Amino acid sequence: MEQANDPIVRFDGVQKSYDGETLVVKKLDLDIARGEFLTMLGPSGSGKTTCLMMLAGFEPATHGEIYLNGQPINRVPPHKRGIGMVFQNYALFPHMTVAENLAFPLEVRGMDRATIEQKVNRALDMVRLPEFGGRRPAQLSGGQQQRVAVARALVFEPDLVLMDEPLGALDKNLREEMQYEIKHIHERLGVSVVYVTHDQSEALTMSNRVAVFDDGVIQQLAAPDVLYEQPRNAFVAYFIGENNRLYGRVEAIDGDHCTVRLDDEGASVRALRVNVEGVGSRTTLSLRPERVQILGGEQAADNVMSGRVEELIYLGDHVRTRMTVAGNDAFIVKIPNAHGHAVLRVGDTVKLGWAADDCRALDPPTGEREPV
Amino acid sequence: MATIAPATEGLTTADGVSLKVSLARANARSRRRALLLVLPLLAFLTVTFVLPILDMLYRGIENSVVPETFTRTTAVIGQWDPDTAELPPESIYEAMVGDLKEAYASKSLGSAARRLNYDLPGVSSLFRKSGRRANRIEEGPYKDALLKIDKAWGEPAIWRLLHRESGAYTASYFLAAVDMRYDEQGDVAPQPEYRQIYLRLFGRTLMLSVVITVLCLLLGYPVAYLLATLPLRTSNLLMVMVLLPFWTSLLVRTTSWIALLQTQGVINDLLVLVGIVSDDGRLQMMHNQVGTIVAMTHILLPFMILPLYSVMKTIPPSYMRAARSLGANPLTAFVRVYLPNTVAGIGAGSILVFILAIGYYITPALVGGQSGTLISNFIADHISTTLNWGLAAALGVLLLGIVLALYFLYDKIVGIDNMKLG
Ligand SMILES: Nc1ncnc2c1ncn2[C@@H]1O[C@H](COP(=O)(O)OP(=O)(O)OP(=O)(O)O)[C@@H](O)[C@H]1O
Ligand SMILES: [Mg+2]
Repeated sequence: MEQANDPIVRFDGVQKSYDGETLVVKKLDLDIARGEFLTMLGPSGSGKTTCLMMLAGFEPATHGEIYLNGQPINRVPPHKRGIGMVFQNYALFPHMTVAENLAFPLEVRGMDRATIEQKVNRALDMVRLPEFGGRRPAQLSGGQQQRVAVARALVFEPDLVLMDEPLGALDKNLREEMQYEIKHIHERLGVSVVYVTHDQSEALTMSNRVAVFDDGVIQQLAAPDVLYEQPRNAFVAYFIGENNRLYGRVEAIDGDHCTVRLDDEGASVRALRVNVEGVGSRTTLSLRPERVQILGGEQAADNVMSGRVEELIYLGDHVRTRMTVAGNDAFIVKIPNAHGHAVLRVGDTVKLGWAADDCRALDPPTGEREPV
Repeated sequence: MATIAPATEGLTTADGVSLKVSLARANARSRRRALLLVLPLLAFLTVTFVLPILDMLYRGIENSVVPETFTRTTAVIGQWDPDTAELPPESIYEAMVGDLKEAYASKSLGSAARRLNYDLPGVSSLFRKSGRRANRIEEGPYKDALLKIDKAWGEPAIWRLLHRESGAYTASYFLAAVDMRYDEQGDVAPQPEYRQIYLRLFGRTLMLSVVITVLCLLLGYPVAYLLATLPLRTSNLLMVMVLLPFWTSLLVRTTSWIALLQTQGVINDLLVLVGIVSDDGRLQMMHNQVGTIVAMTHILLPFMILPLYSVMKTIPPSYMRAARSLGANPLTAFVRVYLPNTVAGIGAGSILVFILAIGYYITPALVGGQSGTLISNFIADHISTTLNWGLAAALGVLLLGIVLALYFLYDKIVGIDNMKLG
């Protein structure tokens, strides 16, 4: 029975290996809710496309089962899955006009001429290209081809659409415009979308939930704000947004917080206990640049340290300042360009402060494998 | 950007020269350089390709041997009206006797006689005989003297032939090449049934070429597909196997087909061994069309595979995936998406194989036998055996014409620009 709150897609212990030696997808358990916009985000080679290909039916899962609408689909061929797909290079058929491209999925479903024409026109309207039906894909700009590809994946009204880096080939402005447009189409039609990208800002602006992939494993699956505010491990903290890292050893744990002694200066820092094993274990402290304040004479904070200004980059609304803090010379602080803020010069030593709750104690640095 | 010339006066460069002029100058320089680079090849092609073709065209209509040998006769034969039943006047007979004497003495009569014999079989011996005896004719009436040597001199057909072929050019080679001739009355008419060979031969050549092209396409398409889609290591191996025939001599390949196909050959032995055919029911696979088709298909296959492969390699796998994800089963996806994208390769491969097949020579000569030889074998035969170069040239020109016509047709239907040779 298909129910509204059943997941539309379920990956159940899915593993994938191409060569029988290494697992490209290590253990994937993932539920995708009906109507959700879920983004798979991760560095190159982390297995995102592979997951999408397994879902679309172009690659078999080596182990585990994928369910679509509650039905196992490992043995269902791609053309019977009814999943729309947008490819990175659009994959529009060059020998057909735009209208013929859009009519293709309807024709193979045996619909009659009149219905096809009506649906094609509606799809062209949806992507705001009503005049372009008679053109060949090669006569369209990249952004227009992109829209046709989206329209074609939606024209046969699938309840699930997969998009593999659909905006990868577009320039920045067009990209942002298209992000907005895809998001609107999603909201209007209520389809479920699985979207793959390695652009984190794209992931954050478009998605209901983001699955951060690394090394064939989902590192964290959460809403964009949660992902940014509460990264669960050092990789996610590093991959999403900017972040300062300090390394140390846990000295004491009290409730939600812990005290960490930094490797370099031996100073103690109070931090939120997120992902530490216990007293004595090593940890990575993660701190967003915008949560660090430059303290005036009387101001206080949970943690106070001194830093030396190494470099100033003027960015209009804020000044990006690189400092050396506790031996880390890539410590970034964003200083808002507002009244009452001290004017810094390279070489100055200033007092920095931040709240214990903004400083997250995460898993230890692995040494061998720094997230890339 | 100090001044901007008004648009009506045209733009100029910084030193005041008109923009168009200096652009043309710059382009001319690079054109000259390009010309210089291709000049050696151009010269080579002119000598080895263009000139022979022009020469062939000319030989197909050239007829100087007749007016040069029968100088006197051709000068006066215009006085006689070939449409009447009367014989030419005495003056023409006199001219002929003079020509015969001179040609016999300078030994040029033989080639002229052979030339006229193509048009009217049998006249060769008449001229030779008359040449030998013409010396004895001292004085007129020359008509009676010639008639005494051979009664054939009293037939208007001979004189009509001379009248018709007295010019420096002739159409008779081309007529012969399409199984036509001038009849007794000098009108264009079809050859008698038993002498009609060339049209049938052209037909057979075209038909066999089509069969070979279709076979190459059917056999080559899947191979090209595999080449384009298999992982690199496997496809490299396959590519070597496709190219292997290129590194083997054509003659070796053809003779190995003889070893395979002949009645006592490998295939027949195998069939007999397995018991599919009896020992005295051995299949005739050589010295007929089967031999030509099998051997030529094998030899021309790479010319189909390579253009197909080069087109298929440019088709991203995502096209087929997109078609499948849109709901097309594998067959529909192939027919509606993959196949149309390979049309350029199919066209290029087919036209290449067809044009090569239509002019193929060695293989049909060795394995074709009676029914499997092609037009080019006859052309070669006329050049080396019967020495009828005029007819060989006319046949060659027709063959060239057919190829060009097909090429033109292909351009109209598919478009040469769509062709991809690799
Ligand atoms: N067809 C294949 N055969 C063998 N290995 C493959 C194949 N496709 C992908 N891989 C390997 O699987 C791993 C994951 O690839 P995948 O394409 O899923 O990465 P991705 O996350 O989509 O990366 P990107 O962001 O670069 O697209 C990579 O190490 C890649 O080399
Ligand atoms: Mg990918």
